[in-house]
Amino acid sequence: MSSKEAWQRRLVIRGKIIEAIRAFLSRQGFIEVQTPLMTHAPAPESSIEAFPVSQGRDRPELFLITSPELNLKRLLAEGFDRIFQLGPVFRKGERGRHHLPEFTMLEWYRLGADYYSLMSDCEALIATVACAAGWKAHSVVYRGKEIDISSPFPRLTIKEAFEKYAGWTPGPDPDLDRFNEDMITKIEPNLSHDRPIFLMDYPASCASLSRLKPSDPTVAERVELYAGGIELANGFSELTDPREQGDRFRKEAQIRRAHGLNAYPWPEKFLSALERLPECAGMALGIDRLVMLLTDAPDIDKVVAFPPEEG
Amino acid sequence: MYDSSDLRKGLKITIDGEPYIITDFQFSKPGKGQALYKCKLKNMVTNYTIDRTYRSGDKFEPADLDEVHMQYLYKDSEGFHFMNSTTYDQVSLSKDQIGEARNFLKENMEVDILFFHDTPIDISLPIFVELEVTRSAPGVRGDTASGATKSVTLETGYKLQVPLFIKEGEILKIDTRTGEYVERVKR
Repeated sequence: MSSKEAWQRRLVIRGKIIEAIRAFLSRQGFIEVQTPLMTHAPAPESSIEAFPVSQGRDRPELFLITSPELNLKRLLAEGFDRIFQLGPVFRKGERGRHHLPEFTMLEWYRLGADYYSLMSDCEALIATVACAAGWKAHSVVYRGKEIDISSPFPRLTIKEAFEKYAGWTPGPDPDLDRFNEDMITKIEPNLSHDRPIFLMDYPASCASLSRLKPSDPTVAERVELYAGGIELANGFSELTDPREQGDRFRKEAQIRRAHGLNAYPWPEKFLSALERLPECAGMALGIDRLVMLLTDAPDIDKVVAFPPEEG
Repeated sequence: MYDSSDLRKGLKITIDGEPYIITDFQFSKPGKGQALYKCKLKNMVTNYTIDRTYRSGDKFEPADLDEVHMQYLYKDSEGFHFMNSTTYDQVSLSKDQIGEARNFLKENMEVDILFFHDTPIDISLPIFVELEVTRSAPGVRGDTASGATKSVTLETGYKLQVPLFIKEGEILKIDTRTGEYVERVKR
């Protein structure tokens, strides 16, 4: 197959995957919503940069969303109970084999649920879309290795993963440089390649929008899904306490200032909506990376119509 | 001044006062974590390769290089010789320094030579060059499938894949970044 034919085939499968995701979520009673792609106040996270959008002189600057998370939680606070958004998000400076500054994100939220429900959602969703992409019998081949995608996927806590692969135990507030570097160089490359795997229970300081685990508040109820060495999805039992959320945002904003990054406007609308937000959980899944996995693509450029440098 | 978001393959930066070129580049970022920029860098003077990992916010000086427009003269056992057509100064680069560029160098071609403190260290070719086909196997009869190609040899000795209709003696436009055929040039 020529590289052009392979690219065309991947775009066709991409369309089928997206169609299958919408059908799957709709069958589960989720409503697809479209919230604004431009916002006055992105979440003040220390390691994610939003693209500023000028509205001209004398009008406040806007930002392209880095995730629809804050918007979707505002809708949940207004009474929606199962919603999802599937569309583009934007992150400045992220470009690599698995990164595009503009990429496609699926985020779904469930009221009255926690991160365990999200893991079940992921297992069912991956099985469904793998079929839509042409894979049979709960098995996908990525880069020459077979991945068994039958449920349930194995689960590993961050503590277990670091003790096993990095030789130390991260506490509730680990040295972030060391934590991130070991995550990339020691944990991610050693995660099982023959099964998808959930990494869960991140250090409390590594999940600014997540609820802490009631039985062990040194960790957050955050989960990440990996398959074939690709980080596919990230989700939380959501933090619903506006005061604690405000404190965490202030901490993140402080780190931004310390790194010389611009301060975003304070997300007041979101924080006041949190007053009315019931228990809920939400997951964000990178569609481009899912298409990579299901079309055996070596890098993310192979699954988009045009890479950003040629758009 | 560059920062880590400028890092990419081919960027030339200064480390410990010496010019380095990034030969391999990998961006990684764990979910909700800081980005890491893993680079393989080649010292442009000694050709030694090193590995470095950078973080967001790191800053870099561009490599302190001068680019001088020169004409390619000839090659001999010592290397490849070039002349500044204004000053008639001559310099030479070794086979290692020339690298892949030798596939596209033709006598009298205008190129840019990179200097580090008056020492020539590298060549920068035009993006497109025009070269003659000196040997071509005849196309396989009956193979009319679109996209079919055959191998030809250019006047520099470089071999590449081209469409079946290309004949010996024709001039081809070649992209020096990829080494690939672009189009046939009319004389």
